[in-house]
Formats: sequence, C-alpha cells, structure tokens
Amino acid sequence: MTAPILDLVETQLVLPGGEASRSHGMLAIVVPAAAFLDSARRLKSEFGFDLFLDVTAIDWPQRTPRFDVVYHFYSTSHRTRVRLKVRVPQDEPVVDSLVSLYGAAHFMERECHDMYGIVFRGNDDLRPILLYEGFEGHPLRKDYPKLQEQPLVPYRS
Amino acid sequence: MNAPIPEFTLPNPVRPRFERGDRDDAVIVSIGPSHPATHGTIQVIAMLDGERVQRVDVHCGYLHRGFEKECEDHTWHNLIPYVDRLNYCSGLINDFAYCEAVETLMGVEITPRCRYLRTLLSEYSRIADHLTCVAASLMELGAMTAFLYLVMIRDYVYEHLADLTGARVTYTYGRIGGLARDLPEGWLTRLSEILDQYEVFIARIHGLMDRNRIFIDRTRNVGVISTADAINWGFTGPILRSTGANVDLRKDAPYLAYAELDFDVPVGINGDNYDRYYVRMREMDESVYMIRQLIEMLPEGPINVDDRRCTLPDKRLVYTEIESLINHFKLIMEGPDVPVGEVYTAHEAPNGELGFYLVSTGGGTPYKLHVRSPSFVHMGGVARMLEGYQLADIIPTFGSVNMIGGECDR
Amino acid sequence: MAGTTIPIRSAGAPSPAFEYFSTKKDEFVGWARKFSLFPYPFVTACCAMEFMAVSSSPYDTDRFGAALPRFSPRQSDLLMVVGTVTHKQAPILLKVYEQMCEPKWVMAFGACATSGGFYQNYAAVAGIDKIIPVDVYVPGCPPRPETVIDAIMMLQDRIAGSHHPIVTKTF
Repeated sequence: MTAPILDLVETQLVLPGGEASRSHGMLAIVVPAAAFLDSARRLKSEFGFDLFLDVTAIDWPQRTPRFDVVYHFYSTSHRTRVRLKVRVPQDEPVVDSLVSLYGAAHFMERECHDMYGIVFRGNDDLRPILLYEGFEGHPLRKDYPKLQEQPLVPYRS
Repeated sequence: MNAPIPEFTLPNPVRPRFERGDRDDAVIVSIGPSHPATHGTIQVIAMLDGERVQRVDVHCGYLHRGFEKECEDHTWHNLIPYVDRLNYCSGLINDFAYCEAVETLMGVEITPRCRYLRTLLSEYSRIADHLTCVAASLMELGAMTAFLYLVMIRDYVYEHLADLTGARVTYTYGRIGGLARDLPEGWLTRLSEILDQYEVFIARIHGLMDRNRIFIDRTRNVGVISTADAINWGFTGPILRSTGANVDLRKDAPYLAYAELDFDVPVGINGDNYDRYYVRMREMDESVYMIRQLIEMLPEGPINVDDRRCTLPDKRLVYTEIESLINHFKLIMEGPDVPVGEVYTAHEAPNGELGFYLVSTGGGTPYKLHVRSPSFVHMGGVARMLEGYQLADIIPTFGSVNMIGGECDR
Repeated sequence: MAGTTIPIRSAGAPSPAFEYFSTKKDEFVGWARKFSLFPYPFVTACCAMEFMAVSSSPYDTDRFGAALPRFSPRQSDLLMVVGTVTHKQAPILLKVYEQMCEPKWVMAFGACATSGGFYQNYAAVAGIDKIIPVDVYVPGCPPRPETVIDAIMMLQDRIAGSHHPIVTKTF
C-alpha cells in the first residue's frame, strides 16, 4: 500500500540518466548529480517532503562511480518516505549541499564527509564531527583497515 | 635556579567555529566534554555576553566508537549487542528495530506472540528511557528527591527485565525472527505490580514538580522552538511533539502491534522545556496504558518463527540430528543468509525516529549498516534552543533534549 | 661464647616506637581517606546507567562514604572512568587525571574502560590503562551495582593498607 504521492514523485522526478525502483515498500530514485539540488528542492516544495531524515554513502570500490550518496526524506503530511541516490566518482566526490533547504543537513553532511570523504558543495563547515582534528583518512571506506588507530595521546609504556 | 618545566601540551581534538566574540568583553566558555550536565560527551563552546549566550558551537563525536565499521565485520546476529548500546537507556527498541529491518530484507514474518511481546517491551523500554531523562534533567535542576524516586522505579524495571533477559541495561534480547526466550513464570504478575507502583511514584513527581514555582520559572519559555524550525532542523519525537506537531510513527506508519492499540499522542503547546518534560510524563502514562492492554491481548504460541534461515534450531535437535547441527553451525559461523537488497526501517524511539538503513550483498555479514540516530540530528539543531538564553538555561535545555551519547556518536 | 652480639636491625633504621607510631598514623589516615572518597564521575557511555543506579537507592554508595561526586578534578580523589574512552576523548581524560591532586585513585568502570570492551577498531582506546594508571578494574558490560560496590570495597581495602605520607615525602 504505497502512498499515491509516491506515484506522482516517480513519474515527475525521474530524469533521463536516472532510474526509479521500489524495494520493501520504499521508492528509491537515482538522480544525476547535476540535477540533484533541483530534485531535492522540488521534493520539498512541490511534493511536501519536509523532514530531511538522513544522508549517508555506500562505498562500492569495484564499481566506477565509486560512491552512492543516499538521502532519505519524510513527508509529515503524506506520512511516507522516499530515497534519493546520487552516484559520484572517486576522484571527484562532490555533491550539492542541502543546507539551503534543510538546517538538519549541516551536521549530517559533516558526518558523511568525515566517514566517506564526500564533499558537499555549499556547506562551508565540513569540520570533522565524529572524528577529530588530525585524523587522516575516511574510516568507513572499504580500504580503511578497521584496526588502524591514530591515537592522540601517546600510550604509556 | 630551577630547571624550566617542560611545557605539557595536549592536542585539541576539535576546532571551534569562532575564535573571538564580536565584542571585546565577550567570553568564550567550553562546557564539556566531561561535564555532568552535558551527559558526558558533548562539548558546547559558548560565546557569552555576561550571562547571555550569543553563539553556540556544539561538538559531538567524543563517544564515536566505530559502530558502523565494527558491524561490517560481524554476522547479522553477532552485531545485536552493538545495536543495543546505541540508545542504551532503551536498549530493547534498538534491538527490535534492527531485527525488523533484517526480517524485512529476508522476508521473514514474526509470530503474533512475538509481535505483541515486542510491542510490550518497546513500551516498557520507553518508560525506562523517559524515567532516565526526566530523572537526570530534574537532578540537574537540583531536585534530588525526584531523581531518587524515578531511579527507584527504574531500578524495579531493570531488575524485572533482568529476570527476562539476563541483563539490566543492555539486553541483546531481540533475535532475527523472534526473541531470545519466552517470558518466565510470574513475569506478567510482577509487571502489573510495577505498573501500579509506577503510578504511585509518578503521582509524587507530579506533586513535586508540576506547579513548582522554581521549576516553572526555570523551564517555561526556555529553549523555545517553533514547529517550522523543528521540522527544518530535523527534530522528531517528543521535541517535535512539544511544539504542537502531531508526528508519531506509531500512529502515522504503524508497525508491530500499534495499529491495534488504543492510545493518545501527547502534544505540547509552546515548544519549551516545560512542554518537553510534560510530554514525556504523559507519554509514560500512555505507555503504561498500552502495556496494560497488551497484557490482556498477548496470545499464546511460539516466540520464534519456524524458519531455518534465521532461527536457531532447538538444542535437543542440534545434538541428535545432523541437519540441525549443520544448520546451527552455519547460522553461528556464517550468519543468516540475507538476500541482496537494501532497506530502511524506522521505529519511534523515545528520542524520535530511529532508523536502520541496511545494505546487503548476500551472505551472512552486512555490507553497510547505517543508523539514523535522532540524538545526532538533534545536536545539529540544539543551537537554536540555546542561543539567546542564559548560560544557566543550557542545563535544563540539554536535559530536555535527551541526548544519548551512544546514539549520537555511534 | 661471650661478647659477640648479632644486631637485629641495621644501624640507621628507625626505632620500633617510631615505626609503631607511623603504622598507626597510616591506619588512621587510611581509615579517614577510604571512608571519604570524592568520586569524579568521568561518565561517557552506557555504564552511566549503572553508575546512576549505584549512587541511588537501593545500592547507595553513600554508605561507603563515596556518594558526593565532585565535578571538579581539583576537589576529587577518585576518578571513575565510566564507559568507553575514545581517541577523541583521551586528551580530555589525561587532562582531568593530571589536574587531580595526590592522593588519587582511578577506577576503570566497565569492560570498555578496562580493556576497550568489544570495540576493537580505529576509534576506541583499548583500555584506559594505556593512558593513565588504574587502581581497580570493574568488569561487566555494564557491571551490576553489586560489582561496583565490591570494587569500591576492594579499593577501600587497598587505601586502608597503603602507606600515606602526609608530613614529608616518606612519613
């Protein structure tokens, strides 16, 4: 039982170069990076997805656009969620930032940058939030070894 | 002549956003990250003009324990203890939200008894979490008596859950496809006793706090946020409801057995600290009402779904039959085989929308496990509730936001 | 044989009377210190729930004199590290420890403070004894309040039996 708004979104928001799919009750749309900010703006103003839930990324090291930046939105009026995906390559992991639309984007984009190294164009405050100053690398990428610690305080002998 | 003392410098793990105030006499104070009122792990760098807070820079991440990276190394079952320690005040809700996400991916449907029991335990955990939040925030305002009453009731709840799950705080009770074990004898009787005692204690707290002049002065019109601001900054849960917005996943997108229960969603008026306190108190009452309904509605039957892909077989069979032995072995060593796909499941945690985003490429370990934690998003927006108020108002506001470090930093 | 005496103590040792007095002084100071512990609860994670439980009824640490937390390191003598310490938090832990005055004791509360718990990755410090010296380790994830009380009593036994130089560096 999908909300009728999702059918509307699916027909109107899928652009050439993108695709839509449904899995486990949720609509997931892949949007090209250049059209992402416009799609998000339309989602918020036209379709009423006013709550920005989450942004994260998936690292596919064997695939050519290496990262999938995944966004989730929720509509309090239609009571449903939608997922947006943007594919970005490894050498230029840049996506438009959503800070102009949602205040919640500030912290969440900082976390995504920390963990994966995705650069959000338009968010001028990409300081480390979960990690600390001086941490090199992006831990959630598949090529970062889990046990590689970077201690700030030298260990007692 | 003394030898020069070598300079002992420690690296500063954060870079604050502002170095100096816009006035010469603006003071920059770092509150935290080891501070009782910031619940241990948040650093609030505040620029003060006298006692008034002008700008605030909130730093979290001091409890980042690498949960997501750790989970990529464990099987779907083995990481349930990690999931527990996200919002450690209400450990069962994390368990059940995660297990439901994996069950959705696998296409497993839980038994009716498990569904009702999970709902009952979710509401029980919600009570424990709200008790902790209200107790801590009242203690920070100086009301030690209220803290002691609430922690006493919470201790009864913990001992009772230890009867069922074996642990007081971090339970690891949810399993993919069901629960770890069924209710012991007399558990429901003791539950009714605890709920009756809860009412006695809560009546005392209401008597102490609701019309207390000092409490009202400290929390009314402090930390006010409007509905539009709250939605823009991603607030969910009691904070959003205290502004007047009727947004609750248990009513909007019912999961588990919530569609069959009769309950109200308390909603505030002002969006200030007093409203958040009162919304939490009323939510606890609604939870008690729901638990009483669920005790009547609880059906008989098995706890775990009879599905060999995720449920461990009975021990007697494991020791006598070769198929069960191999099944058990595979489930433990390799993990349940979850098909390729991705899912986002959200439950209404006591703090807001707790979402699990799982990506599976087949096999027994997750490819990616991301938690949408309400506390983290709230930390992004809490600056709106702190700026413009007094320095001493940071304490009740932070207490009412209920930031849980394990969930915020993961 | 006449005339030869074998000394019992070496020449410069303090007299038995002095040693008796010094032992009694140590016992008295130890008794006073062990029953007036001022904890600094360096609280980070889930163990905080059990710390709150052990501080209030029915497990009360006030019975042991260790009830009043002092949230300033200058005023406390027992540093209870409650919960996981990550690499980001480590400089803060070291700073707080260094700011405490002697005598001070450290309790590693919980599995994460003792050994890193089950967080073996890039973010968590594998036990706070890599950073500061620890006097008593409390196992458990989180430890039951009875375990914490047992640890406090163990620490109290250690304080009672240790040497307390209060006048000079040795006496």
